[in-house]
Amino acid sequence: MTEATRAIEAVWRIESARLIAGLARMVGDVGLAEDMAQDALVAAMEKWPETGVPDNPGAWLMATAKNRAIDRMRREKTYERKREEVAHDTGALFAMERSDFEAAADDEIGDDLLALIFTCCHPLLSREARVALTLRLLGGLTTPEIASAFLVSESTVAQRLVRAKRTLREARVPFEVPRGAELDERLPSVLEVIYLVFNEGYAASAGEDWIRADLCEEALRLARILAELAPREPEVHGLAALLEIQASRLKARRGPGGEPVLLLDQDRGRWDPLLIVRGRRALERAEALPGPLGPYCLQAAIAACHAEAIRPEETNWVRIAALYEALAQIQPSPIVELNRAVAVSMAFGPEAGLELLAQIENEPELSDYHLLPSVRGDLLEKAGRLEEATSEFKRAADLTRNEQEKELLLRRAEGGG
Amino acid sequence: MRFMMLMYPQIEEADWQPSPEAVAAMGRYNEELQKAGMLLALDGLRPPSDGGSVSIDGEGKVTVTDGPFAEAKEVVGGYWLIQARSKEEALEWASRCPDRNCRIEVRRIFEMEDFPQDVQDAYEGP
Repeated sequence: MTEATRAIEAVWRIESARLIAGLARMVGDVGLAEDMAQDALVAAMEKWPETGVPDNPGAWLMATAKNRAIDRMRREKTYERKREEVAHDTGALFAMERSDFEAAADDEIGDDLLALIFTCCHPLLSREARVALTLRLLGGLTTPEIASAFLVSESTVAQRLVRAKRTLREARVPFEVPRGAELDERLPSVLEVIYLVFNEGYAASAGEDWIRADLCEEALRLARILAELAPREPEVHGLAALLEIQASRLKARRGPGGEPVLLLDQDRGRWDPLLIVRGRRALERAEALPGPLGPYCLQAAIAACHAEAIRPEETNWVRIAALYEALAQIQPSPIVELNRAVAVSMAFGPEAGLELLAQIENEPELSDYHLLPSVRGDLLEKAGRLEEATSEFKRAADLTRNEQEKELLLRRAEGGG
Repeated sequence: MRFMMLMYPQIEEADWQPSPEAVAAMGRYNEELQKAGMLLALDGLRPPSDGGSVSIDGEGKVTVTDGPFAEAKEVVGGYWLIQARSKEEALEWASRCPDRNCRIEVRRIFEMEDFPQDVQDAYEGP
């Protein structure tokens, strides 16, 4: 890649989401908007190496996208085409000739971007499709990049994208930011997509494709953008806070051999203080807004408790147990209960934790989950009930598929851990 | 990856106070960075006469000098810490800075992974 190409690519990454969003507002279809934007990119690749990058590259790309689309539609209209398609494109053409992107106010551009985020995360689409479309249209990632980030083939991603755009077009999903009750209903899907992207990156191990680890940065970027676009939504700040604080531990989460290091065993000196401060600030923004804390805010608050403790012994477990209890009330799940049991045992002793575990031991969701017997073994051991602990550790060792973990659990079963 | 954008104003210390117009333009630029999800931290620095410098020679001898620094041709006027996806992207953002008569140095931040394992192990700070 030449220097000029790399510079153009950088401009593209900065401008593409806004460009696609602005075009989608005019033509009402994200697929068509993306094609138009791609045309403008091709034009930039031809022109800019000679002329240099223009002063306002965003406006240049927008004008070029519009002109090229108008030319193409005029040309193509001379061919026989399905009536519906012609009608659709004629409407788009009319819309483009009328509108003037450069005159769009700042908040309009923000609104377009927000509409693009909501459209990419539309509930009509499968979860995988939402993630792929979001990374493609908002992150400016290429199809091969998305494929290697999610360890799937390029053709799978390409198909997902084509199908997603067709679904949106066929369902005539309006390009707009949902309001009122619909906003409340659809926001969780947006937050979930960003969280999924982050977790995919978080799960990446050393030596894997760089793009996988970069997913964390991309998710953080999207969460921060969303926080500026929808500043009155506490959960948006909650998600940003959660991701900032989780990202602060990225460098401490694996040992030299690539093995995962548990939170309480992590070298806290490796936690990133800048991200912790940013996370806490995001959480404060959420807490300053009216209304009770949602699941992302609560999880962020729990993460913040850990971040505040300079040493693991200083962790405020009583507060963490209370936060888990609040989380269990609004988003009940056996996993939350399991975490709550751990926090309660740290705050009030192993027997208190075991009592909570007894309430979830028959949950079908946890029947194959090695962490349940592993946690119970740990609490039994702490309570001095060693025989029972041994059998729990053995059961956990049977259930885990991770060899390193199995070894560790068997060692504990023998009383050596 | 993270980049530090170090801004070197090409001005005399007497002109260190920016105009309201310049401050407004800079505010808009910073907001753009923030809205793009790129901005991690930023600060503007007071003129060098309000600061000082510490030199340490090869033997560890320390010399403290009050500002301004006669020997320095250029002094830093402020910085942005940003997250970018490539050096080119960071350079593009720096090019969009509305200030005039300045030079912006774009430098990538060292990550722990850039060091060999023994150096990483030796480090025990934040």
